[in-house]
Amino acid sequence: MASGSATSDPPNHPNNDVAVVINGVSKHFGSVQALQGLNAQIRFGRLTGLVGPDGAGKTTLMRILTGLLAPNSGHATVAGFDVVDDNDAIHAATGYMPQRFGLYEDLSVMENMRLYAQLRGMDADRNAELFAELLDFTRLAPFTGRLAGKLSGGMKQKLGLACALMARPAVLLLDEPSVGVDPVSRQDLWRMVQALTDEGMAVVWSTAYLDEAERCDSVLLLNEGQLAYDGPPGELTGRLTGRSFRLEQVGDQRRAVLAEALDLDSVGDGVIQGAGVRMVLRPHAGTEQISALADRVDAQLRAAPARFEDAFIDLLGGGPGGTSALAEGLPPVQLESDIAVSCRDLTKRFGDFTATDNVSFEVRKGEIFGLLGPNGAGKSTTFKMLCGLLKPTSGEAHVVGLDLRRATGAVKGQLGYMAQKFSLYGLLSVRQNLEFSAGVYGLEGSVRRARIEEMVEIFGLQPWLSAAPDSLPLGYKQRLALACAVMHRPPVLFLDEPTSGVDPITRREFWTHINGLARKGVTVMVTTHFMDEAEYCDRVAMLYRARLIALDTPDALKRGAASDARPDPTMEDAFIHLVEAEDLADEARSKAAA
Amino acid sequence: MAQHNSHFAFTRLRAQFIKEVLSILRDPRSRMVVLVPPLLQLLVFAFAATLEVRNVDIAVHNQDSGRWSYELITRLDRADFITQVYRVNDGQEMRDLIDQGKVIAALDIQPDFSRTIAAGDNGRVQMLIDGRRSNSGQITASYLSAIATEVGAEANAGSAPAAAVAVRNWFNPNLTYRWFIVPGLSGILAFFSALLITSLSIARERELGTFDQLLVSPTSTPEIIISKSLPALVIGTTLGLLMMAAAAGPFQIPFNGSFGLLFVSLVLFILSVVGIGLMISAISATQQQAILGAFAIGVPSVLMSGFATPVENMPTLLQWLAQAIPLTHFLIIVEGSFLKAMSPGDIIASLWPLALIALVSLTTATIFVRGRLQ
Repeated sequence: MASGSATSDPPNHPNNDVAVVINGVSKHFGSVQALQGLNAQIRFGRLTGLVGPDGAGKTTLMRILTGLLAPNSGHATVAGFDVVDDNDAIHAATGYMPQRFGLYEDLSVMENMRLYAQLRGMDADRNAELFAELLDFTRLAPFTGRLAGKLSGGMKQKLGLACALMARPAVLLLDEPSVGVDPVSRQDLWRMVQALTDEGMAVVWSTAYLDEAERCDSVLLLNEGQLAYDGPPGELTGRLTGRSFRLEQVGDQRRAVLAEALDLDSVGDGVIQGAGVRMVLRPHAGTEQISALADRVDAQLRAAPARFEDAFIDLLGGGPGGTSALAEGLPPVQLESDIAVSCRDLTKRFGDFTATDNVSFEVRKGEIFGLLGPNGAGKSTTFKMLCGLLKPTSGEAHVVGLDLRRATGAVKGQLGYMAQKFSLYGLLSVRQNLEFSAGVYGLEGSVRRARIEEMVEIFGLQPWLSAAPDSLPLGYKQRLALACAVMHRPPVLFLDEPTSGVDPITRREFWTHINGLARKGVTVMVTTHFMDEAEYCDRVAMLYRARLIALDTPDALKRGAASDARPDPTMEDAFIHLVEAEDLADEARSKAAA
Repeated sequence: MAQHNSHFAFTRLRAQFIKEVLSILRDPRSRMVVLVPPLLQLLVFAFAATLEVRNVDIAVHNQDSGRWSYELITRLDRADFITQVYRVNDGQEMRDLIDQGKVIAALDIQPDFSRTIAAGDNGRVQMLIDGRRSNSGQITASYLSAIATEVGAEANAGSAPAAAVAVRNWFNPNLTYRWFIVPGLSGILAFFSALLITSLSIARERELGTFDQLLVSPTSTPEIIISKSLPALVIGTTLGLLMMAAAAGPFQIPFNGSFGLLFVSLVLFILSVVGIGLMISAISATQQQAILGAFAIGVPSVLMSGFATPVENMPTLLQWLAQAIPLTHFLIIVEGSFLKAMSPGDIIASLWPLALIALVSLTTATIFVRGRLQ
């Protein structure tokens, strides 16, 4: 931040540069152990990433550090104050932005800021200068009169940040600030946080996206309530030097190659990256096996830079194997037409608001098709129209050649659907959920029993059969949801944000199944906001502001964003590139109109 | 894959029915709604909610020292509904007692009261009523008038008797209030249980996100409606029967009608309520909205049903509206079946509107559920 900005006076902290000390902190809720004997330090002037999958204990730790929760054992100090004994001082020393923006949606941007200032005991009228600085810093100045509820996800986060910065805290705690924020606003947030740490503030950024960890100065990696790693991210990824490789241009066989690679004992982890396959070797393993594989499939093997996610999986002892028992048992899918899903000029308006604007595409049988875009871009609306949950304002959507809204039960039985957040019946046991899904898809008698048994075995649900789904670990919940969606062996599978929040190993396992199903000819429609997950797709439709702005293979999309400065762009780079081009085109259009 | 082209498939229906029953029985909220309040309310309402006036205090400012005022006050002292008679010495004291709400009514007896009666004329007593408690006040006034009339009749015993009206209360000879309120309550409580269970059912699934899952499955809308109606129908009917059994048993209210017809009416009544509950649920996004919706419909329904105030006293427009409320018709049947042996013809006259409401509400609920797809 420029000098004379909102937080220009350095926070008043002790000479010691340690901002937060966590000493043997444990916290449990009932029988759930959220944090187990955590020891760590967080320093001033640094961006510290609090990284881990959902349920790892990130939010619990944040709430302990802000004095909102007391630990069951251990101590923590923030800026020299004990979180329990000096609770009042903690509130003054920390700025906290909770997950769900602590904003009043019916107040305007300015009213929210005034309210927060007053809550902090500041005279709002005397602080016009501070307000102007904060608005300038967050680039919210043009929107002061707008209601907070009408802001985009990114703008809400920026306003939340402005409110959290109001009292010039010494330690700023941001709980998953990038959730629901489009990649462009995400860049903005990074820039702001960088400016704050440059001034000496300690900023803690919690996230479930492992790629964000690489941008932090230091990382606390949490897994199941325990500290898996503490230090600079580069040090962790450094351990993998010489162990990550990429098979280039494998093309159509990439799913088979990945499955084969994952079953090799020298390979610990692997993912699909566009037309290539990326692999990480187990510690001390040689390259003989993968070289042989490369020769056999006639692809080039290249060393690739290690990623933080690779390191995390390595830390946990490697990912799952490549064979999907689910797909093994499935007969190849036969469809009359080669086009499994199609839509033409699909449009949906809610009042004045257009959620989906003239979207058209066709999905071939056996294709994995991704719908990608930030929250509010129209992914879910488009998705719901395709599977018959919403009626299009105009245009049409067909699955296996039929409009699902008018379809009979038999046609609906052709599709499997896994809703966001794994919609399961919380009041029914795991077994009852399976029985319900079997019944509602018309499975009877011995077929039904056999399928349920099959699902229990494949997904390892035996120990959980009489438990309530809500008590399952997130990974098992996802497995159960997938089991319920595929038990009737649908030729077309709809997956809405199937992996949000689950740990990377469960995500690998999930994609192993999906890859297996696709190889059997199952068509998979998937929405995701994990940019790197889009790499698994054959083709990706990018949605932005209700419009389809690009539709191509992941490799082609990435190539489009390549430049001299960025020879090897990521999916996120590709997305930002497309969005910026779209914004420019929009501007040009509105100028031409005016 | 099994063939299930039809709109109804037993397998799918059974799976959903089991799910619904388990959901209601396992959900602490539903379980509470189903069992505890109805039984509690039956007891509370039956004993506490009464329009009879009992245990009141009144004040008497007696300025007369003759025989007839003594006679009147003695009767007041002996009256069952009066706990205490305050004897006051001046008008101010009388006013204060009413002001402070200590007495509901006061009698002011003029000095010439006994003299006037002795002279063969009509004695006059001023009655002051606390209008803030208008209902109880009116009833107290009528009780007091009755006592005054008795005194008057005795005073005039020698002369020509005034035309006496002999009152006989049919069906409920002593006008026991509980006889009237308990059968009606069984209808109201079964009404609320069925309404709440069904209004929660779709909203709960929508909150969980499972409703979308259900809509993309091969199951048809009529199947969804049927599987959600049946458990509520069974529970509502069972509750209604239990409460009627309580009325006929422990409360000793005479049952004179046909049980068969009453049972059919109960089933149709609950079915129409289930339809209304599902309509509410289909348009609610959350369980909270559904509960608010259920009360927004439920409370006015009870008020307009004729349970507390006669339907005939309402403005014409509201009378028409009352005909659309299932409770209005069921109350006629249940009260008729208990206290008088209502003829089958009369029951059927109230039964077909119930059938019509059930048909309309269930159809509308089906359309609403489909409409959510728009």
